Amino acid sequence: MTMRVVRGTVTSRIFAVVAIALVVILAFLPSWGSISLQRKMVELLTLIALAVMWNLLAGFAGVVSVGQQAFVGLGAYSMISFVNVHHQNLYWSVLYSGLVAAMLSIPIGLIAFRLRGSYFAIGTWVVAEAISLIVILQKSVGAGNGVSLKVSGYALATRQDNSYWFALVVGVGAVLLTYVVLRSRLGLQMQAIRDSEDGARGLGANVYRTRFLVWVLAAFWTGLAGATYYLQQLRVQPAGTGGAFSVVQWTAPIIFIVVIGGIGTIEGPVIGAILYYVLRDRFKDHQTVYLISMGLLAIAVALLLQGGIWGTIRRKLGVDLFPVRRRLVD
Amino acid sequence: MVWTNAVIQGILLGGLYALFATGLSLAFGVMRLVNLAHGDLAIFAAFMTLSISQTLKINPLVALLIVIPAAFVVGYILQRLIFDRVVGVDPAFQIVATFGLGIVIQNALLEKYTADTQGLNVGTLKTSTIKVNDTIGIGWLPLLTFITAVVVLGSLALFLKRTKLGRAFRATSDDADAARLMGIDVKRVFAVAMALAIATVALAGVLFGARSSFDPFVGPARLIYAFEAVIIGGLGSLWGTLAGGITLGVAQAIGRQINPQWGELFGHFVFLAVLVLRPTGMFGKVQTR
Repeated sequence: MTMRVVRGTVTSRIFAVVAIALVVILAFLPSWGSISLQRKMVELLTLIALAVMWNLLAGFAGVVSVGQQAFVGLGAYSMISFVNVHHQNLYWSVLYSGLVAAMLSIPIGLIAFRLRGSYFAIGTWVVAEAISLIVILQKSVGAGNGVSLKVSGYALATRQDNSYWFALVVGVGAVLLTYVVLRSRLGLQMQAIRDSEDGARGLGANVYRTRFLVWVLAAFWTGLAGATYYLQQLRVQPAGTGGAFSVVQWTAPIIFIVVIGGIGTIEGPVIGAILYYVLRDRFKDHQTVYLISMGLLAIAVALLLQGGIWGTIRRKLGVDLFPVRRRLVD
Repeated sequence: MVWTNAVIQGILLGGLYALFATGLSLAFGVMRLVNLAHGDLAIFAAFMTLSISQTLKINPLVALLIVIPAAFVVGYILQRLIFDRVVGVDPAFQIVATFGLGIVIQNALLEKYTADTQGLNVGTLKTSTIKVNDTIGIGWLPLLTFITAVVVLGSLALFLKRTKLGRAFRATSDDADAARLMGIDVKRVFAVAMALAIATVALAGVLFGARSSFDPFVGPARLIYAFEAVIIGGLGSLWGTLAGGITLGVAQAIGRQINPQWGELFGHFVFLAVLVLRPTGMFGKVQTR
């Protein structure tokens, strides 16, 4: 009797075909969908990207940050600065912004990684606050009042379509990136560390380096998503309601999405984000009550049903749409 | 002289920060729990005090006689109902549960009290000062706040050192499993610790509301200052927390003296500098983890 190690399943192969078809259909959305749908999709896709990245950090690498709004804001403000102050090309600026977020995540990480667990979480929050306060002092990008992205010279229709395609790449790319990372050597180390830090260290995993790499990668993608979101919104302000550095605007919903959807699964954050976004749209006249309900739901899931929606489905049905785990078969 | 005044005001403000930080330090010490709703619970207490003092037409400081025991009970129940389930599990769930609680409190306050800024009216106490000279004046309220912080920290230190329950606290802090084997009711220790934590932070929230205006969203900043005070002072040391609070208060006051917009930022820089240069803090006994 010979045994083989496999990852894919029949379900995952069928799913892959369906998913590719879906992405192709979505890529053509500008030719069949309305502008309002297109705008909503940008919001949803960037939200998916942010949730997937937070999950890669918290659910797989064991790095729980409450300061990811720092990178959303850095992405947004880098883009504004490149375009408005340095007169760079609008679309290249989005990419540069991701790179700025990644570069700044290195010194931030070097400091914050001195703290562990919950203290690391608050430490990242402090850094995000400090960056927000520094941005508020910058008159060239509107200080505390906010600023509009200068888009004169770019045709409206082209800009809207491009924003949408950027968002599609950022959203779908985040999921693919997670999948590829998790199947790589780095991913194996991450999951080993998450399951047992000491055990992984004993087997030669470099805990610090692995976590740091994921931290920088997530910062890069979070910065990209932040820039893409504000590429469509055009108006950016640092703090307050809708602020680029606001914890309530970004990190709170992201955490709720990931926990409710299923932390530590690839599918969970996507399901959570769609659910969160659709319901938020449905209850848009009752935002406060909506946020309270989501907060209570997230607490309940954290206490009672730690796998969230997808974790529970997976346990009951044994389905894996993104086969990361290795299984032994005859 | 303006600098001397800034430092004095900073020290007094630092007392308030230390009072905010006491509960955070205690909960972490006893059960390695960091409650991210810590600041929001303080502001919740300030709003409760506002309602009580308006309804009963009493001074907010008199309302403390109701609010502090109530906060003690709330802390005890929170621990039993929510926090007990996230002690010693994956820290992600601890963060989600406590952070989620904070967001729920903020939005519940927003729903009930709107986003308007409020203040607790403590009468002439708010404006009366001891005039030292032309530039230096010490406000009675900040002074009383500082003394309260020192008294609370001192009583807590005595409680931990001298009483039977205090000994149980220290034993649980060192090794909860061993403490359980020695017959200590660890769950009760946890619940009393959280009750004390919430009672002290409620007191801090009310004293804060008496000197500054507040709205439903100022809680997170209180948590952040408290956290900075704990880390600057060093984990595991109550008097370190007082020193950390004072350091933070003075840093903010000096920053504000240079430029009104730099106060908070200066505090953050001092905190980050401590993390880089001396991660164990000023009086820390343990590595920050």
